[in-house]
Amino acid sequence: MSTAIKTFVIDGRDVSATADQTILAVAREHGIFIPSLCNLQGLHAVGACRLCVVEVKGAKKLFPACTTAIDEGMEVTTDSERLQKYRRTILELLFSERNHICSVCVTNGNCELQSLAQKLDMTHVHFPYLYPKLTVDASHERFVVDHNRCILCSRCIRVCDEIEGAHTWDMMGRGIDCRVITDLMQPWGSSETCTSCGKCVHVCPTGALSEKGKSVAEMSKRRQFLPYLTLMRGRER
Amino acid sequence: MTSEELQEIATTEKEKQAQHPHHICVCTAAGCLSAGSGDVKKALEKEVLEAGMKDECHVKGVGCMGLCSAGPLITVDNTMYRDVKPEDSTDIVRSLEDGKPVKRLRCDTSAPFFTRQSKIVLENSGFIDPERIEDYIAAGGYSALLSVVTEKRPGEVLEQVIKSGLRGRGGAGYPTGLKWSTVAKAQNSGQKYVICNADEGDPGAFMDRAVLESDPHRVLEGMAIAAYAVGANRGYIYVRAEYPLAVKHLRTAIRQAERLELLGNDVAGTHFTFKVEARLGAGAFVCGEETALINSVEGKRGTPRPRPPYPAQEGLWGHPTLINNVETFANIAPILRNGGEWFSKIGTAKSKGTKVFALAGRINNTGLIEVPMGIPLREIIYDIGGGIPDGRGFKAVQTGGPSGGCIPSDHLDLPVDYESLAKVGSIMGSGGMIVTDEGSCMVDVAKFFIEFCMSESCGKCVPCRVGTTHLYHLLERICAGDSEERDLATLEELCDVVRNTSLCGLGQSAPNPIMSTLHYFRDEYQAHVIEKRCPAGVCHFADQEVKA
Repeated sequence: MSTAIKTFVIDGRDVSATADQTILAVAREHGIFIPSLCNLQGLHAVGACRLCVVEVKGAKKLFPACTTAIDEGMEVTTDSERLQKYRRTILELLFSERNHICSVCVTNGNCELQSLAQKLDMTHVHFPYLYPKLTVDASHERFVVDHNRCILCSRCIRVCDEIEGAHTWDMMGRGIDCRVITDLMQPWGSSETCTSCGKCVHVCPTGALSEKGKSVAEMSKRRQFLPYLTLMRGRER
Repeated sequence: MTSEELQEIATTEKEKQAQHPHHICVCTAAGCLSAGSGDVKKALEKEVLEAGMKDECHVKGVGCMGLCSAGPLITVDNTMYRDVKPEDSTDIVRSLEDGKPVKRLRCDTSAPFFTRQSKIVLENSGFIDPERIEDYIAAGGYSALLSVVTEKRPGEVLEQVIKSGLRGRGGAGYPTGLKWSTVAKAQNSGQKYVICNADEGDPGAFMDRAVLESDPHRVLEGMAIAAYAVGANRGYIYVRAEYPLAVKHLRTAIRQAERLELLGNDVAGTHFTFKVEARLGAGAFVCGEETALINSVEGKRGTPRPRPPYPAQEGLWGHPTLINNVETFANIAPILRNGGEWFSKIGTAKSKGTKVFALAGRINNTGLIEVPMGIPLREIIYDIGGGIPDGRGFKAVQTGGPSGGCIPSDHLDLPVDYESLAKVGSIMGSGGMIVTDEGSCMVDVAKFFIEFCMSESCGKCVPCRVGTTHLYHLLERICAGDSEERDLATLEELCDVVRNTSLCGLGQSAPNPIMSTLHYFRDEYQAHVIEKRCPAGVCHFADQEVKA
């Protein structure tokens, strides 16, 4: 089966790609940086964090690069003053939502949220911090989940479902009260479906999921397994 | 079922109805039912029996008659009575004998509320018994479906719908004919679905509920015609569980239609098969968004999916899916009966037909109305709606629910159609109209709607989940007199981000009530922020209470 090849313009550069590729995938191939948090290569894209929104010429709407397929003749702008403002505001919203005090976080220095904030010049947060008092579940023998650091990107849910096949994680509640849960909200340690593989911990972009025994700035994430597994399973995803 | 057999059912039913010289129709839709029409109906039945008029007078429950504020409503032959109580039944039944209507209960049907309306969707509402298919058939029901499946090709049906100019009644106004032909053209596995969106969640809106409670067969007929036109064989009606009466009537209607082979396998002896099932929503507003609704029907968490792919290409379980609102489907049978051209003559150049509105808030005649597109807002509010109670002044009308905006008195002469409402910063929406008077604080109104959006946000995307929360907190502070001038700038900035970056329609339109009130009633916001005073006297500021 052959896939159609299409040509289009991204930031003024003429590029070609297969019709089933997304704007984000093509941008990465060409070394163009588009910020993203919920997206992770190897996992199903959900378009939830909205950081990767880009402008398409002729359209009033913005498009999430991670879920928008490319099209012939499309003209994409991945960076503009307006986009920078929106992306910074979205980051500010994330920082204000829960508790993201880097100096006392296990992933300080290895955190995707932190490094994006630095990269996008987010200097301060304009919104009052909500600081909900959320729990920490340390019942698992090797891992900890700290809901105060969670940005609800759903990477853990997807990796557990799509790669490990256990579907231990899921989302409960709605709106600002959303929380990731294990096994219909049982403590992680008593989960009967969890295989303790640790994939969720290593795909988590922040310090919400970490290994036990790590102190401030000691937790770094290892994701080498994900592209490897995806490659081994063929290109179906 | 052939058209002769259908005709026979209609004739038999009409003859049966003609046996009774008198008919008493009692509204048993949710509005009147909650005002006690159930007891009224029982009392009337008892009274008729005691007066020995069982063979002369037939008492039946019917759907919504529109003027909900005057409920319970009943019609006795051609006279309408309002605010009827069970103890009035003696007088009413006596009036049948002496032929003199009960004056004190009369509801004036020559009032503009009744005469200015033109009914297509609600043509049977208030006249037929929603729990009897025979009554619907006697009113001409299912004749369009039968003639479609036996005489027309799917392309001819599409042509009529396109010609009618009908646009989606769920709010966005997407051309129905275009949507249908997209689904009709979609090819992948052969399986296609038709979904009816009856997840009406806007505060103050009850159009879909009334249609389903009063005339459920009309929606089923519309869905079946749609299925025939696009090549689908299964349908779902996603209706919220908070509408128990609508669900009951709908399920009864599906059973009855299947029994008469108007739904199910081999409709009317042709090879066209269409099975319909009702699915109950658990009360999430976001499930009215089409992709979230599809997720919910599939048994998943009701969160929206990114579009494209649109449901017309990849919908329910990955198959092409046609999804329309209750009112859209309710317009289909009349269009096929009378032709697309007939429909396109009603309304304005770009908005055809009629629209059902639910009038609520500070207005004399609250209830359900159906008016031609393009009617001026003033006519709806002052003539049909009877103006504002207690001699107070009109302030604004909120259309389109939490996704819509407030329209001030300067725009009262605006024709009500999709484009005009969008031009003044609101939307048609599904048809809720909430009227506010001088006594309402517009900041408080905006706060009410953003609180609704905040608690109904699914939480999937960041701008909607966190953005609406901050918007609510900002308005809460403004209403409490605890804000600074720069908060207004933050409010506007955040509205812009939430509108432009949210994933689905809920988030993208959530700032509309704030943005439209900021535009038209900025002075009220400034009074709250700078002078720490609520011009309408609705908001209470902490320091004022101390002084008092």
